[in-house]
Amino acid sequence: MSAPSKARRIGVPLAALAALLVVWELVVDVGVVPNFLLPTPVQVVAALVEDAPLIAGHCVVTLGEAAAGLALGVALGFVFAVLMDRFETFYLAFEPLMTVSQTIPTVAIAPLLVLWLGYGALPKIVLVILSTFFPITVSLVSGFRSVDPDAIDLMRTMNASRWQIFWYAKLPAAAEQFFSGLRISATYAIVGAVIAEWLGGNAGLGVYMTRVRKSFSYDRLFASIIVITALSLGLMKLVELAQRLCMPWKRAEGNYHDR
Amino acid sequence: MTGAGEKNVQVPALSAEGLTLSWDGEHVVVRDVDVTVAPGEVCCLVGRSGCGKTTILHALAGLTTPLSGRVLLHGEDVTGRPGRVSYMLQKDLLLPSRRILDNVCLPLVLAGMKKADARAKAAPLFERFGLAGCEQKWPSELSGGMRQRAAFLRTYLMGADVTLLDEPFSALDAITRTEVRRWFVDVASELGLSALVITHDVDEAVSMASRIYVLAGAPAAGVPSHVAGIVRVERVASENFELTDQYLAAKREVMALLG
Repeated sequence: MSAPSKARRIGVPLAALAALLVVWELVVDVGVVPNFLLPTPVQVVAALVEDAPLIAGHCVVTLGEAAAGLALGVALGFVFAVLMDRFETFYLAFEPLMTVSQTIPTVAIAPLLVLWLGYGALPKIVLVILSTFFPITVSLVSGFRSVDPDAIDLMRTMNASRWQIFWYAKLPAAAEQFFSGLRISATYAIVGAVIAEWLGGNAGLGVYMTRVRKSFSYDRLFASIIVITALSLGLMKLVELAQRLCMPWKRAEGNYHDR
Repeated sequence: MTGAGEKNVQVPALSAEGLTLSWDGEHVVVRDVDVTVAPGEVCCLVGRSGCGKTTILHALAGLTTPLSGRVLLHGEDVTGRPGRVSYMLQKDLLLPSRRILDNVCLPLVLAGMKKADARAKAAPLFERFGLAGCEQKWPSELSGGMRQRAAFLRTYLMGADVTLLDEPFSALDAITRTEVRRWFVDVASELGLSALVITHDVDEAVSMASRIYVLAGAPAAGVPSHVAGIVRVERVASENFELTDQYLAAKREVMALLG
């Protein structure tokens, strides 16, 4: 079976989305679901346009928290991954702890963080760090370990230092998995920031959402969902772009066909 | 530095004296192996799979320390010291994240040479190694035969005049294999390389070496391997050396020793 054409790959899901929106609009218009429970897509878009300046302001706050948390989470994850790769004791000590820490629900820690760190940006950033750090660490550790041990032996016969082995062999070998981890972390970052804002704060999309929910403006609630989705997708796209820049050799793969 | 009492004899490029090896410090894999490679000579060590060839290679490369015995490089004791001989495996181990030119420059750069100087030194050799035009390609863009040529150029640039090769060309398809072996013998004699090829492939041994050490034993069954005999190959100039009587005689002799 040949791969579907580009037009089909873009056209088919767009058509499906359009069909879904039409059904949604009709279901409310005909009265199957009452309008005060479910706004129509048209109303949602109208609310988005109307509240755009307000939402934009909250967006900046959320994005700032997500970006700061993600950057720190990546940095921390990197340090942990390098230590876990370098020292077996460190790996044995932290690997199970990290897995367990991931089973703790974010909604349970967020109020505690607000209690300890206040209503400002800090508890949000900490929550984003906590939720992004794990996928980064795990992907890097398994990436470092994916290096062919023969390649390391070969570099040793070239008198390579530990640092050189890391720089030339281990780090590039981990790049692919790192970016997969980063893509996941990027979406966690936005969602993490929103959850933390929802549970206590003065500004941000999460705060905006709690306010419109309390005033029963579900059209605005849906509008903010669209914004969060767009932010997450945008951030994922940015990660993809960074990956293309950092891994030029990936683009060449498959150029050689021995058939 | 030459050992006393060796004044009148030509000092071998590489010699192993009474090597006894183990991979776990307990079970002896190889007992009392003596191997010498004269300057400018290509020798082969042939043995069945699992007879301890890779263990010997690691010891000769200085990656492991033998239970007893010594490894001498031009008379100098280099037992357990990596980075003194060049080393090439069946796997090309090219770094996927570096272009071919930078891959072959790796040993120079690891030794502290500036990138530009290393490139200037390596670039003129591409023609001789049959790699002209591949400088800026990524490893994934080359065929298996070309990748092995690049791996050999990198090995050559390691600068040691003794090269260890572990089944260097046996993973290639039959036609490429024959071609690349012939090419290797030509280049090695032109550059005056001393090389020890370690392989399980009798044809690889006979087509490349002037002397073949035949290794026999079954370490897995508790019988350490030893050198069962040394076969001299009479290399004659012929279009198809692989079809000559001399080739077949040597092959028969090796197979008889392998049992």
